[in-house]
Amino acid sequence: MAETVIAVRGLRNQFGSLVVHDGLDLDVHRGEILGVVGGSGTGKSVLLRSIAGLNRPAAGSVTMLGLDMGAASEAELAALGQRIGVMFQDGALFSSLTVRENVEVPLRSVPGLDAQTREALARLKISLSGLPWNAGDKYPSELSGGMRKRAGLARALALDPEIVFLDEPTAGLDPIGAAAFDALIRDLSRNLGLTVFLVTHDLDTLYAVCDRIAVIAEKKVLVTGTLDDMLDVDHPWVRDYFLGPRGRAARDAVESAPANG
Amino acid sequence: MDDAYQDRDAAVTLAREGDGWRLSLSGRPDLRRMPGILAALGRVEGGPLEIDLAAVDRIDTAVAWAILRTIEDRERHGLGTRIEGARDPVARLLDTVRSALPQPEPSPQRPVGIRAQLEQFGRSVVGIGSSLREVSGTLGLFLARFGQSLARPSRFPLTALVHHCEDVGYRAVPIVSLMAFLIGVVLAFQGSAQLRQFGAEVFVVDLIAISILRELGILLTAIIVAGRTASAFTAAIGSMKMREEIDAMRTLGIDPGMSLVLPRVLALVLMLPILGLIANVAGLAGGLLMSWIELGISPAIFLTRLVENTDVTHVFVGLVKAPVFAVVIGVIGCRAGLAVGSTAESLGRMTSGAVVAAIFAVIVTDAVFSVFFAEMGI
Repeated sequence: MAETVIAVRGLRNQFGSLVVHDGLDLDVHRGEILGVVGGSGTGKSVLLRSIAGLNRPAAGSVTMLGLDMGAASEAELAALGQRIGVMFQDGALFSSLTVRENVEVPLRSVPGLDAQTREALARLKISLSGLPWNAGDKYPSELSGGMRKRAGLARALALDPEIVFLDEPTAGLDPIGAAAFDALIRDLSRNLGLTVFLVTHDLDTLYAVCDRIAVIAEKKVLVTGTLDDMLDVDHPWVRDYFLGPRGRAARDAVESAPANG
Repeated sequence: MDDAYQDRDAAVTLAREGDGWRLSLSGRPDLRRMPGILAALGRVEGGPLEIDLAAVDRIDTAVAWAILRTIEDRERHGLGTRIEGARDPVARLLDTVRSALPQPEPSPQRPVGIRAQLEQFGRSVVGIGSSLREVSGTLGLFLARFGQSLARPSRFPLTALVHHCEDVGYRAVPIVSLMAFLIGVVLAFQGSAQLRQFGAEVFVVDLIAISILRELGILLTAIIVAGRTASAFTAAIGSMKMREEIDAMRTLGIDPGMSLVLPRVLALVLMLPILGLIANVAGLAGGLLMSWIELGISPAIFLTRLVENTDVTHVFVGLVKAPVFAVVIGVIGCRAGLAVGSTAESLGRMTSGAVVAAIFAVIVTDAVFSVFFAEMGI
């Protein structure tokens, strides 16, 4: 089995009296694409935020790339931050900067990089994310939702991170745009050797992209495994999710398409 | 040693080999090693170049870009480059980056020089014109909805009006009265220093009374309210506009003019005269206190002089301006809120713009009133 890059143990998250996670365990392996699914309000995004270090959990530990994040110093966390990238739901681009300047922001932390190289690397990341050259000179407000997501991905990839967190990467995209984004995520993950932690509602994305799936229900990770494993799980929510009309449609679409990858 | 180069950190070695060059990388060169790698590549001159990647476990896109850009550059000058020993993950990453290498496209030319300046100037003139038109549109909206609500009182948003009265009136009392009290203190202090030279200390009462009642009480209240309330109106309406709440209201048959603009502006029209009155009293109290301490004018003398020498028209001249200021502030605040776009940035820009515009408009209106009263001899 591949190296474990993220290990979550006994995670507990709570807002006031509302307990979101309790005793949650999860492992992510190097090079895989892990899809996290769960009903609305089960705390998928909260889990992403806890692992990425944006939420301090009430209890439990998160170990990422060998570093226990609860016990780490600020300098260690900053160094870790350069090895991960996060794409937020709507890109979360800085609205006063152009897309290219947005991608350059993380590159500024690299010592000895001159402005020309920085710009060229930002252009490369924008192109890798599937955006045209001219999109780099535009402001986020001038882009469509799909392009903003791609720009957010370009910024997340700026430092060539080992782990990328994607929050609802295909939400709000039309089916064609969503399929293209799925293909982009898969290609980048394979070719750049990325580990991807992906939170989604989109069954098509799960079928098209993910190596492994983690289902969140009842405040913990109910089950992890491949898609085929999910079909055998005897839990009402999991059954409804993967065997419901939409789940069946997504599976049929994959089975009738020529096998890829 | 100018034809050999080694950067130990980057695990980069550049060596001459016959009439060409050989660049060897090893380990895991990445973005943080870029300066060393770029320096090594920069030293390569003519002749064939061999890039040896046999000892490389992994590279990242930045290093791949540096290698591929060098190859492209050298091709343009007719120089050959060869990559050797790239193993699978490295070769695949090089392929991915090669196919994604961005091709520059001409960006649309922006006009420069005097033309651009003229264009900018023209745009801002048109912008001022259209925002003036929008302000008068919002004023018309307010008046129309006010008229409609008079004709059909059952549609009047009374609850919202009371709520906004509390917000813009009651809650502003502490800051307005403190401000006016301090202005009264300052006037008494400064006035006494000047008037004492002529032995005319007692005229400080007239100075305080006329300046506060006629001008300062209501003007400074309006300025405080402009800063406090215009921005609140813009932020409240603007954030609703940003989240499409106003569009939702329209589709549900709720008129934003009736439910958002009318109660806000009307609340200001009702509350600003009251705030002005409170400011007048607080300002006179500050002046009275300071005259007593500084000049020994007892409160009784102060009040007697105030009643005997100051005409009551000063109070009316001051307070008659209040409803006009209120309409100006309210309309500017609401119009800026309705003009907010879909981004948080535009909300911030419109909010600060509304405060500046409201204060400016209040002062301009006050100047117009002054000219009018002077011409009329009031």
